[in-house]
Amino acid sequence: MLEITGLHKSFAGFVAVNEVSLTVAERQIVAVIGPNGAGKSTFFNLITGHLRPDGGRVMLNGRDVTGIAPHRICALGMGRSFQLTNIFPRLTVFENVQAALLAHRGKGRDFLSRAEAMFRDETMALLASIGLASQAGTVAGVLAYGNQKQLELGIALASDPKVLLLDEPTAGMSANETHETIALLERIAEQRGLTLLFTEHDMEVVFRIAHKIAVLYQGRKLAEGAPEEVRANADVRRVYLGGHA
Amino acid sequence: MSARRIPWTLLIFLALLPLPWIGSRYQTFLGTEIAIDALFAVSLNLLLGTTGLVSFGHVAYFGIGSYVCGILMKTYGLPFVLAFPAAGLGAALFAVVFGFFCVRLTKIYFAMLTLAFSQIVWAVCFKWNAVTGGDQGIADVPFPNMHWMASLPYVGDLNINGRFYLLSLVLVAVCIAAIGQITRSPFGRMLTAIRDNRERAAFIGLNVRAYELSVFVVAGGFAGLSGALYGIFNRGVFPDYVFWPKSAEVMIMTILGGMNYFWGPTVGAFVLVWLNQEITNYTQYWPAVLGSILLILLFALPGGILGGLARGGAALRRLLAGRGDA
Repeated sequence: MLEITGLHKSFAGFVAVNEVSLTVAERQIVAVIGPNGAGKSTFFNLITGHLRPDGGRVMLNGRDVTGIAPHRICALGMGRSFQLTNIFPRLTVFENVQAALLAHRGKGRDFLSRAEAMFRDETMALLASIGLASQAGTVAGVLAYGNQKQLELGIALASDPKVLLLDEPTAGMSANETHETIALLERIAEQRGLTLLFTEHDMEVVFRIAHKIAVLYQGRKLAEGAPEEVRANADVRRVYLGGHA
Repeated sequence: MSARRIPWTLLIFLALLPLPWIGSRYQTFLGTEIAIDALFAVSLNLLLGTTGLVSFGHVAYFGIGSYVCGILMKTYGLPFVLAFPAAGLGAALFAVVFGFFCVRLTKIYFAMLTLAFSQIVWAVCFKWNAVTGGDQGIADVPFPNMHWMASLPYVGDLNINGRFYLLSLVLVAVCIAAIGQITRSPFGRMLTAIRDNRERAAFIGLNVRAYELSVFVVAGGFAGLSGALYGIFNRGVFPDYVFWPKSAEVMIMTILGGMNYFWGPTVGAFVLVWLNQEITNYTQYWPAVLGSILLILLFALPGGILGGLARGGAALRRLLAGRGDA
């Protein structure tokens, strides 16, 4: 589904991502973990076209998407949520998801219709699936933090992605919110047959839902494998997991 | 939601229609200026309030429109029905070229580049004597042929200024209605998404620059149409119409009225033109007085006049609701 080979990026001599390869199979849930500054976010930005890699290749569904613009990668079936909440704060919850639907269905250039009622049922169905239907009319910027993250997921899902990249989907959430979000993610991935690639600090979450884990350390891939293998890996224990596992 | 939508453009249009019959000559004159400025400000707000693009050079397209219309009507004797749309197209064409470069930059750099292009246009208009008349401009731009109005009931009694007011009001209303439709369309929704969050907008699949360029061209075209009317209204086209203070003026109108409201720029145009006239009648120091009044309004009403009214309305409702409970 997603095949990354030898991805490389340096900033002014500092190598942020060093020859990292990773293969994600269809419907697989893969976690990328590593300490702060390990290059996880840069790695994601390289995959989604926000940064242009210095070397390496990203294949999405057999198609080379290395270094092409984010809006085109999105159209090819890759969705993304961001580490810092990334919604449209002055639009309502409804309008947030509806805008994404309009954009995905190629209606964005239509200036002769009224946007208001378009895709109303689909938008409401999507909001219901992420548990935000009751807040449809609320201005997104005033939502609680956890709800904003949920909404962000909703925006990503509106483009009907095959692969979803989530940058710390539970960052800054309370234990309760984390729990709900993970349950939601699992359910939606199952329902839609999604392939998930995510970074996460919360090891409990990682070991609970990931089928495969890749560990980044100082820009390099230190280890990769099933959760048990990674947990047992001596290098990983030394540099990262420490007391966690 | 759709059941209680009020056709504001139509209502405001109908309310303003009788002005030449019930108002004085002077009021009709002011009304024409306000209508033209309102279109200019509403076109700017398509960039400022709707898309979040701060253009300091919107006057370029207003000026190009007035020069295109003025030159075609005066120098080449073309009728208004051709010169008016040509002004909009001409301005839009320049907006394509300038906008192509501007949308490659963001924030203050975008604003500076729009200003730079508008100053280039000004310099050309100021110096190109053979075509633009240089610093003398183009005097005596003729009124459109409005003899056909004589056969209309009631309108036949009006003098040429009254007729031009009606013509301007109709054209401005149609343009504002068109901008309103664009704002409410899916395209408009994409623009507000870009305003709220450019990065995210790209990742719902939008080519942000292409959208920004499109709206830049549309806004420029409508600014050109308002400029065309302005040149005729003032019976001449002068380099001042392309000079940066006019960009500042239209931005003040937009912010003063409330850039988060579709009708904000129109309210701003009305208040600024009216204040300007009133104060000029009382004192020669009107810029200082006007500046002070604007300062107070902008501080007291950060969301503009309509923002202030909306907050006042909400407070009043809360107060009344509180009384009801007690």
